[in-house]
Amino acid sequence: MTTGEPRRGRIWEWFDHRIGLAGIERMARKKEVPVHKHSFWYYLGGMTLFLFIVQVGTGILLLFYYRASAAEAYESIQFIMTEVKFGWLIRSLHHWAANLMIFTLVIHMFSVLFLRAYRPPRELTWLTGAGLLGITLAFGFTGYLLPWNQLAFFATRVGTQIVGVVPIVGEGLLRIARGGDDVTGATLTRFYALHAAVLPLLIVGLLAFHLFMVQKLGMSTPPSIEKRGATGRPLPFMPNFLLRDLVGWLGALAIIAALAAYFPAELGLKADPFASAPAGIKPEWYFMFMFQTLKYLPAHILGIEGEIIGIMGFGIAGLILVLVPFIDRRRDGEEAHPLFGYLNYLWFAMIAFILIMTYLGYAEVVPDLTSVPAP
Amino acid sequence: MSEDWRETVVVRRRFLNWMLGTGAGALSASVLYPIARFIVPPEVEESDESQVTLPLAPRDIPRNSGQIFRFGSKPGVIIRTPQGELKAFDGMCTHLDCIVQYRDDISHIWCACHNGHYDLNGSNIQGPPPRPLQEYTVIEVGDKIVVSKDT
Repeated sequence: MTTGEPRRGRIWEWFDHRIGLAGIERMARKKEVPVHKHSFWYYLGGMTLFLFIVQVGTGILLLFYYRASAAEAYESIQFIMTEVKFGWLIRSLHHWAANLMIFTLVIHMFSVLFLRAYRPPRELTWLTGAGLLGITLAFGFTGYLLPWNQLAFFATRVGTQIVGVVPIVGEGLLRIARGGDDVTGATLTRFYALHAAVLPLLIVGLLAFHLFMVQKLGMSTPPSIEKRGATGRPLPFMPNFLLRDLVGWLGALAIIAALAAYFPAELGLKADPFASAPAGIKPEWYFMFMFQTLKYLPAHILGIEGEIIGIMGFGIAGLILVLVPFIDRRRDGEEAHPLFGYLNYLWFAMIAFILIMTYLGYAEVVPDLTSVPAP
Repeated sequence: MSEDWRETVVVRRRFLNWMLGTGAGALSASVLYPIARFIVPPEVEESDESQVTLPLAPRDIPRNSGQIFRFGSKPGVIIRTPQGELKAFDGMCTHLDCIVQYRDDISHIWCACHNGHYDLNGSNIQGPPPRPLQEYTVIEVGDKIVVSKDT
């Protein structure tokens, strides 16, 4: 036991002798959070982490009743929603926390971009963060199919077909993604394995590394703030920042609880592989901008199929985002106002594109097909 | 003498490294190969059905309407044009695989997913679909409809 440490009682000492609690505590206390006018954005990452914890908890509970087969999946969700005590609550929390998690994650990403927190030596933190975003979107995509309803069925057909248009390897990847040539029960079990086992394993590993890097390097002070020396006295992470984080977490919990209570997750109609796609079919909001873009692209651009151009475009935009720490080679002295750096125009353009396309997707008038006889 | 000794050790070390590397490589391959093959779904016999008799009578399809039917494991769409002709097409949109439907308000075959339009010959006329729908041959045999595709 190190001298000078306050006595913490026998149990604490017992563990300290064996795993070195004092060292862990020193490491935790070492971290400080810079205080300045952009400090607010530091809370978004922690809030995403909290929502992830909610997803793990509610997800495990849903596993107690969910059955992953084309014949039973829809009915098992119906059972959860109508028969199981608080089943509606657990599923709705899972649904809303997923949505909110993607929302906070995207804001977290853009705040890191605008504040240039990806600068050396934080490239690995950025790359793992990009990986976490990818895995989270994969969680969203695979989880969406699990209720086996009509919307999910067509969203999955379209989403997996997008893989299929990739030249050369596309067809093989499509079969692997679908577990066959079509979206069937085989796709459902595949997505279930990914959603409940593979992706959780990946995300826990990557998340641990991401958090380790954040702990090791500390929070980044934006260059514009650093230059002006506009930081106040830094806030200790333990316990001051953590306690403030907790307030944010409680806020997030209140939001998802209210959403779950007032807007319980819907189930819709059971998937039917031999029914037309319903009019007004839409993907989840976070895929809406891509969906809407694909609608506007003509059949052929310069002799290449429009969808290939669109998908390649999104791929390139994603790649620029992932590689930004290696593209942005400005030294800190060359910093312009955080709102007017040349890269920031690109981020604003991306945000504007996403917002406009999302708006257009929701504003589109759906043709009234009530007169069409049901097949 | 001492030079020989050194050389022997270096050669032996190189040999051991090679053995170890090859062994490790072979072991990982023998673990990864079955996993990769397991993940790729087995080929299912493509149904070589080239014709299907619909569970519908011609009178079940009024003018200016359409229905989805099963053609083996794939969906097809059968329509009766406003002129009264029966036509059948592949039911999967050539854009991104959604299942199309007949729209009586504009007499088009339409895909709801990305607003793709086809005319009554299956030609892609508006929106993102890159190719026409494959047309099938429809024969009315008494009270039955037989749909076949050219092979």
